[in-house]
Amino acid sequence: MEVFLGAGVFASLVSFLYPVLRYLIPPPTAELESDLALAGKVGDLKPGTGKIFRFGSRPALLVLSPDGQYHALSAVCTHLGCTVQYRNDLHDVWCACHNGLYDLNGRNISGPPPRPLETYEVIVKGDEIYARRAHNG
Amino acid sequence: MSAIANTRAWLDEHFRLNEVIAFLRHKTVPQHRYTPFYFLGGMTLFLFGIQVLTGILLLLYYRPTPNDAFESVQYIMTRVRFGWLVRSIHSWSANLMILTAFAHMFSVFFMRAYRKPRELTWLSGMGLLVIVLCFGFSGYLLPWNTLSFFATKVGTDLPAQVPVVGKWILVFLRGGEDVTGATLTRFFGFHVALLPGLATLLIGLHLLLIQRFGMSVPPGVDAEWRANPAKVREMPFFPNFLLRELMAWYIALGILGALAALKPWELGTKADPFASAPAGIRPEWYFMFMFQTLKMIPAKVGIVNGELLGAVGIGVAALVWTLLPFFDHSERGRGQRLIAGVGVFALAYIISMTVYGYLAK
Repeated sequence: MEVFLGAGVFASLVSFLYPVLRYLIPPPTAELESDLALAGKVGDLKPGTGKIFRFGSRPALLVLSPDGQYHALSAVCTHLGCTVQYRNDLHDVWCACHNGLYDLNGRNISGPPPRPLETYEVIVKGDEIYARRAHNG
Repeated sequence: MSAIANTRAWLDEHFRLNEVIAFLRHKTVPQHRYTPFYFLGGMTLFLFGIQVLTGILLLLYYRPTPNDAFESVQYIMTRVRFGWLVRSIHSWSANLMILTAFAHMFSVFFMRAYRKPRELTWLSGMGLLVIVLCFGFSGYLLPWNTLSFFATKVGTDLPAQVPVVGKWILVFLRGGEDVTGATLTRFFGFHVALLPGLATLLIGLHLLLIQRFGMSVPPGVDAEWRANPAKVREMPFFPNFLLRELMAWYIALGILGALAALKPWELGTKADPFASAPAGIRPEWYFMFMFQTLKMIPAKVGIVNGELLGAVGIGVAALVWTLLPFFDHSERGRGQRLIAGVGVFALAYIISMTVYGYLAK
């Protein structure tokens, strides 16, 4: 009798709590993840500067290095998710939150970041600059 | 009979008011060299009351959406009469409340007021400290400015490092994968409904336990009093202690008003999810020691991921600190010295890392 009563109470608790727990987690959003994003226009950047652009729902960074090369990388720091920036005095990509440093190829070179930044292929079409996600394999 | 006497007679007839007053007169507070520390808990409660009142006033104009949040706080600060004062008092008293809560915790720790049978009082107090920090963290995002946006990104990414449940916690806190309008709505709900509800319950329990066990007397003073009972000093809670406490609250109100008027809380710039984190970004002072710790841990410590080590390390340290009273069995001796040493180390660590965080580049 006690077992039935206990199981009944337990089952009703689960039936109350389960919908609440499920309610707390939002439904997955259909991410319109594209492999290609418009990063800017030729002439937007002077050599030795960078700008943030949208890559899908996340920020990305376009850099025109002092030697005239374009670099496109994810701007989400791999440490705790802050948005990074290009620093011409260091010639590197820097995260202001915890002093993480990456080179222009996205490699984490100092500070707490545990992984490199994702890098994108840069395509210049006319006066528009695009960043494309590289597919491995 | 005067109106006051009539009211009192009516209250006594209906609610036995005289019994309550007699009970309060019967309650006493130990009087010794550490008595001033007894005011810290009441002061924290007073500042919490200020938070509730000013928070209700802010709710009349605040709008919790990414398009409106910053503008609505700007409207409160610039257009609503005394809006700047209400918001500044809310922000200043939040900071002072966290300061007094920490001071209260350390005073209880060093006076060993957590000893048997007061372990539950300590636990409920630690729960309240966590709630107070959650109030600070969730309220910080509500103006939707640049600093709060990145502080929330970092703060919500930290639990994500915990194995197995980390991702679930992140999605629960943010209302999705990223810090967005969904996060703002959630934090608003936490700040004005969930946390006040939990805080009210825990404050009730905390006060009930204090009432049940009375004020703890530090072991040193207790030993002196046992050796010489003539030295025992106590004061009635009502009106002696309460009037002193009210005076302290009145002074705190003056300090709050002065701070809010002379140094109104800044609003900063509106958050832009597609802008870089600005140079010199740092969290509020009460999270600075954790921020600086995370900054100093390298990407890998041996084979362990630095982020994971930081997140788990902070969690374990907080848990050990919370459970420390259960290890304090000795009246004196090595165990007691060890626990006191841990307390001194924790205090020194928090202060030095906070100072270092402000000085470091």
